[in-house]
Amino acid sequence: MGKQKIWAKDLLEVAGVPAIAIILGLVVGAVAMLWMGYNPVIGYQSLLRGIFGDAYSFGETIRSMTPLIFTGLAVAFAFRTGLFNIGVEGQFVLGMLAGALVGAAWPQLPWLLHVGLALGAGALAGALWAAVPGLLKGRFGVHEVITTIMLNYVSLILANYLIRNFFRVQEQEATANIAPSADLSIALLKQASGGARIHWGTVVALGLVVLVAFILYKTTLGFEFRAVGFNPHAAQYGGINVTKSLILSMLISGSIAGVGGAVEILGVFGRMAVSPILPGVGFDGIAVALIGNNNPFGVLFGSFLFGALKTGAIQMQYVTQVPYAIIRVVIAAIVFFVAIKELVRRILRLKRREV
Amino acid sequence: METVIEMRNISKIFPRVVANDKINLSVRQGEIHALLGENGAGKSTLMNILYGLYQPSAGEIYVKGQKVSITNPNVAIALGIGMVHQHFMLIPTLTVAENIVLGSEPRRYGFLDMRKAVAMVEEISQRYGLKVDPQAKVESISVGMQQRVEILKALYRGTEILILDEPTAVLTPQEILELFDIMHNLNTEGKSIIFITHKLKEIMAIADRITIIRRGKVIDTVTTASTSPRELAAKMVGREVSFKVNKQEYSPGETVLQLENVQALNSRKLPALKGISLEVRRGEILGIAGVDGNGQSELVDVVAGLRKATAGHIKLLRKDITNASPRKVIAASISHIPEDRHLRGLVLDFTIEENMVLETYYQAEFANGIILNNKQIQMHAKRLIQEFDVRPPDQKTLARSLSGGNQQKVIIAREVDRDPNLLIAAQPTRGLDVGAIEFVHRRLVEQRDKGKAVLLVSLDLDEIMDLSDRIAVIYEGNIVGIVAAEDADEAMLGFMMAGAAGN
Repeated sequence: MGKQKIWAKDLLEVAGVPAIAIILGLVVGAVAMLWMGYNPVIGYQSLLRGIFGDAYSFGETIRSMTPLIFTGLAVAFAFRTGLFNIGVEGQFVLGMLAGALVGAAWPQLPWLLHVGLALGAGALAGALWAAVPGLLKGRFGVHEVITTIMLNYVSLILANYLIRNFFRVQEQEATANIAPSADLSIALLKQASGGARIHWGTVVALGLVVLVAFILYKTTLGFEFRAVGFNPHAAQYGGINVTKSLILSMLISGSIAGVGGAVEILGVFGRMAVSPILPGVGFDGIAVALIGNNNPFGVLFGSFLFGALKTGAIQMQYVTQVPYAIIRVVIAAIVFFVAIKELVRRILRLKRREV
Repeated sequence: METVIEMRNISKIFPRVVANDKINLSVRQGEIHALLGENGAGKSTLMNILYGLYQPSAGEIYVKGQKVSITNPNVAIALGIGMVHQHFMLIPTLTVAENIVLGSEPRRYGFLDMRKAVAMVEEISQRYGLKVDPQAKVESISVGMQQRVEILKALYRGTEILILDEPTAVLTPQEILELFDIMHNLNTEGKSIIFITHKLKEIMAIADRITIIRRGKVIDTVTTASTSPRELAAKMVGREVSFKVNKQEYSPGETVLQLENVQALNSRKLPALKGISLEVRRGEILGIAGVDGNGQSELVDVVAGLRKATAGHIKLLRKDITNASPRKVIAASISHIPEDRHLRGLVLDFTIEENMVLETYYQAEFANGIILNNKQIQMHAKRLIQEFDVRPPDQKTLARSLSGGNQQKVIIAREVDRDPNLLIAAQPTRGLDVGAIEFVHRRLVEQRDKGKAVLLVSLDLDEIMDLSDRIAVIYEGNIVGIVAAEDADEAMLGFMMAGAAGN
C-alpha cells in the first residue's frame, strides 16, 4: 500500500506550507483591515478584481511579476550553491543602466540583435557587479551577505552619478529613451489589454526558469553547484573546485539579475531615471525565492503571488481606499509564516491527526 | 536482588515500522544491564519509552513493583529515571554548574543561588568520583567532560536508574576507561545502569547482564559470565559472524605509494607531519596505528590532495603527485574512504546515485559534454547497490536517510568500483555495527588479494592487527617504527604508540 500514499503526503507538505502561509497572511491582512475600520470582504474582492478582473489588470499582474522572476531566480540560483546573494538589488540596478545605455545606442540595428546586445550588456553588468563579492568570498572567505548588501547602496549611487554626469539628456535626470529597435513591449497586446505594459521580457523570464532548472539538475555544472551548496567539504573531496564554483555561481546569479534589470528598462520604462531609492525588486526576490523553496518553478509561483498582490493592491486602494500598505503587511506575514514553516507543518500535522 | 524496572510486552509501532515488538526487560537494583543490538534494532526507541519521550503502543511499565505511566520525561525524572543521550543536550555558553542545575536551580530569596549550586555540584561529583570543574564553560571542556556533566545532571535530579545511550561512541579509549570507572562507582552506590551499545568488547568488560535485541524483538537475556563475544555477535546479527578475515598468503608486489620525508601543518598551522617516509606495495595492507591526533588525519589528507605538503615527496607508481589537486589524485587512481563520512564522504542531501558519481560525474561515462547522462548514472547506482547490498535498494533515496552502515557501503562501493591502484581507508568502520564491520573488512582484504595497495588508518588497534600485513606506528607526526603484523602484539604496539621507538 504505503509507497504512493507517502509520496502524496510529502507533496501535501511541500505545497501545504506555502498554501497555509498565504491563508494565514490573508487572515492577518483581514484583521488589520478590520482594526482600521475597513471591510475585508470588500477589500479582498477588489484586490482579486485588481489581479484578474480584466485584461488590463491581469496584464499588469504579469508585468509586475516579471522582474521578480529574474530576481527570485538569481537568489535561488546562488542559494543552491550555498551563497546568500543579497546583492541582487544592486546587480539589477546596474543591469538597468547597461540595458538603458545599449538600448539607446545604435538605433539602426535589427531588433533581435539590438535586444540581444542590450540584454547581454545587462547580464554582463550584473555579473561584473556580482564578481566583486564572488571573488572576495572565493579567495578570502569574506562573507557575501556583508559585501553584497553594502554594494547595493554603492550601485544606486554609482548609477545616479553616471547618469547625472555622463548619460543625461538635456535638462532631464534620466538617460536617453531607448531606440525602437530595442523595444521589448508587445504593442498588440498592449492595445488589446487597454494599456497594460506587457512585454517580451516575460517570455525571456520563463525561458530562464527552464534554463536554470536545466543547468541545476541536468548538467555537470549544476551537479558541482549543488554539491558545493550542500557540502563544500564533500565537493572538494570529490575533486570539485569549490572556489571556482562559488565565483561562477555568483557570476551567473548576478547576470540573471542584470538581465532582469535590462528587461525592465527595455520592456517597461524605456529609459533609466535618477532614483533616490533602490527599486526593491531585488529584496522582494529574496522573499520570492524563500516562498519558492529555492526551486526555479517555485520561484515562478512565488513571483506570481507577489506580483499579483502588488498589482491588486493598487486597484484595492483606488476603489475601496484600503491603503496599499495593508498588502505589504500581508506579504510580510506570508514571508513570516513561510519562514516559520516548522510551526505551519505542525499545524498541518495536527489537522491530519484530527481527521 | 530487587527488580527496579520491569517493562512488559512493550510494543511501539511507527507508521512504517514496528520498532519494538512485545519487548520484556527487567533491570535489577545495582546492576549494569547492557542493551545490545545493531543500529536500528530498537534499543533507543525502548529507552525513549522508558524515559517518557515516546508512548508505547502497547505494554506496561513497572518501577519498583508499581505500575506507572510515564507520559513525559518529568514523570521519568520523578520516578528516578535519568537518561544521557548520545548527542548531549548542554548549553555551551553556560558553565558546568549552571548546566547541571538548569531547570531546578537552588534559590535564595527567589534569586539563583550560584554559590550553593557550585557547592552541590562539587558534593555530587566527589561522591561518585566524577571530577569536573563547576566554573568551566561547557564549550571549553572536552567531550568526555561534557558527558560527565550530563551524568551529573541526571544524578543532581536524584536518578536511581541511569540510561546511557551509546556513551562510548564519542569517547577516546582513555575516556572510555574513565567512564567505566564512573559506572562502577555508581554501581557501588546502588544505582542501576542501562547501557546501550553495539560494541561487544565494552559489554564483556562492564556489563552484569545483557539483553539482546534484534529487529525490535528480544532475542535473549544472558549473564556476561556465561556468554562469549562470538555468541553475542551471533545473537545480535542473527547468523554466525567471523571476526577473523581470511586472507591469501602475503606476497607483496611493486611499490605503489611512496612517501619521502613528507611534512605538513594541521588546521591550526602547527606541524602535524614531521617527515613521514613509508611505502605501500601491491597486495598488502599497510596499517597506520596510533593514538588519535598524532597526524593520521593529516597524513591521509596530504596523500589525497586535500592538504598541502610543506616538504617532501609523494609518489604514486614512481610518478610525483606531491600537492596535486584532489581531482588529479583521483585521476591517478587513488581511492579514499574518508574518516568522516558525513563531512567528506557523502553529500547527505544528494541521492545515492548522485553520491555514487561524486568523483566521476563529468567523465564520458556519465556526461555528454556538460549534460549529465542520468540514465547511465542511474544504472551505475543500481548495479553498485545490488553488488554491495545497499538498503533500501532505491537509488533515489537521499544519503541522509540511510543507516550508518549503508552510508559506508555507498562510499566503499564508489571507491572500490573505480578499481584504484591505491585504496586509502581512514577509520572505515567507525560507528558501524558488527555485521557492517565484517562487510567492510572483507572488502578491504578483497582489494588486497586482488593486488591493490591498501593504506589503512584506524584508531582501533584490533582492526589494524587483524587486517594489516605491516603496521606503521605514528606518534607526534613521526613514524616511530614499522613492523610485520605477525611479529606485532598489543603490548609492543601500545608501547610504540606512546612514542617508544620500534625495533
